[in-house]
Amino acid sequence: MKLPYYPGCTLKKNAKNFEKAAIVAAKHLGIELVELPRWNCCGAVSSLTSDDVMHHVAAIRNLVRVQQMNDDGILDNEYRLVVLCAMCFNVLKRSNILATSNANMLNTINSFMDTEPDYEGTVEVKHFLEILRDDVGFDAIKSKVINPLKGLKVSAYYGCTLLRPREVGIDDPEAPTIMERLIESLGAEPVDNPYKSLCCGSYHTVGSNKEVVARRAYRIIEGARRNGAEAIITSCPLCAFNLDNRQALTEKLYPGFKRMPILYFTQLMALAFGYESEASFDGNFVDPIPLLEEKGLIGMKVQK
Amino acid sequence: MLLEKVEEISGENLYACYQCGRCTAGCPMTGEMDLMPNQVILAILRNDERVLNAKTPWVCAQCYQCGVRCPKNVDIAKIMEALREIKLRSNVNYIDLKKINRSYPQIAIVATMRKFTG
Ligand code: SF4
Ligand code: SF4
Repeated sequence: MKLPYYPGCTLKKNAKNFEKAAIVAAKHLGIELVELPRWNCCGAVSSLTSDDVMHHVAAIRNLVRVQQMNDDGILDNEYRLVVLCAMCFNVLKRSNILATSNANMLNTINSFMDTEPDYEGTVEVKHFLEILRDDVGFDAIKSKVINPLKGLKVSAYYGCTLLRPREVGIDDPEAPTIMERLIESLGAEPVDNPYKSLCCGSYHTVGSNKEVVARRAYRIIEGARRNGAEAIITSCPLCAFNLDNRQALTEKLYPGFKRMPILYFTQLMALAFGYESEASFDGNFVDPIPLLEEKGLIGMKVQK
Repeated sequence: MLLEKVEEISGENLYACYQCGRCTAGCPMTGEMDLMPNQVILAILRNDERVLNAKTPWVCAQCYQCGVRCPKNVDIAKIMEALREIKLRSNVNYIDLKKINRSYPQIAIVATMRKFTG
């Protein structure tokens, strides 16, 4: 299966490990992720005003690229666009819903992009997790596991943009299970966290609200730890930054706080599929290697 | 009037709100807010312009929890955005872009620019 794929800016800088692990994991499952040619930044957060069309242009322009890949024969009638970054996924899907349900708006966007072909509303924006659930299936994933992640207790952190708003979300916004099912299929043990969809503070990490974010990270990490979690997985590079890198500040605010590894779900997949080096654990702030070594999950069978 | 402006920018019907407080109950940022989300709605309905100087819209992280919980389908995140936009459209920036640490994830930087500058 050959699928068009939108990386977004952060996967090319702060979250290279997310992408690298995803590409080998997808390949292991028979999926070739083909990066969109000439993709551009989606805008990271949706504009929410009813009179703003301009800020949806960037998202829609990326969808035009999927049409072009089909027109150019790079893809064969494949209009599902796969996204890894949960924030980009949210923005692209929301703009797509808006543009395809509002002919006037779509017309304005198409007239504005006068050097591009018109967007015809044919693209479906999918998060990679949806492809895993709906097209590959968790049983098939389980059968492809080379190194079951036995004894590793992992908590899923969903955050906001995978789940909300309802029309964009990929699972029940109040009780999601998709990542727990993935954890299970990889042979690890899913652990619940009451704060798994509590906002981490998002972009407030940039301004003067770093402490708010570090406190949020504490609540989320401790929620998982109380249930026995040893690591947390996420699908958002901003959540990852807030939960992972911000632990340096969390540690200062809460004496006695113990660091916990924060991984991308694709890193866990790459490890279970036998691609330890592509799992790129050196890209994480809190080093997950000691935990994985303790569990006997480092130095397992390697795929060539 | 403030109410008309917010209605126009957000596209939301604020009269739909019956002040149940579910938005506030689920909001992760209330600890940092000076007005609770349901109070923001009430203030706008009363055309109380003081709400434009409240911290609340700037603390809102656009997490969409309120909208998922609201039994009346009010999209409170859009109302917070409308309040921010009223300020930002009068050429007021809420952050100094020069002070941003560029090593942060791009999505964080771009999001900050989108939400805090006009
Ligand atoms: S949840 Fe909805 S109806 Fe209830 S107070 Fe908030 S906006 Fe109003
Ligand atoms: S979108 Fe804003 S107001 Fe609504 S719950 Fe999230 S932080 Fe609170």
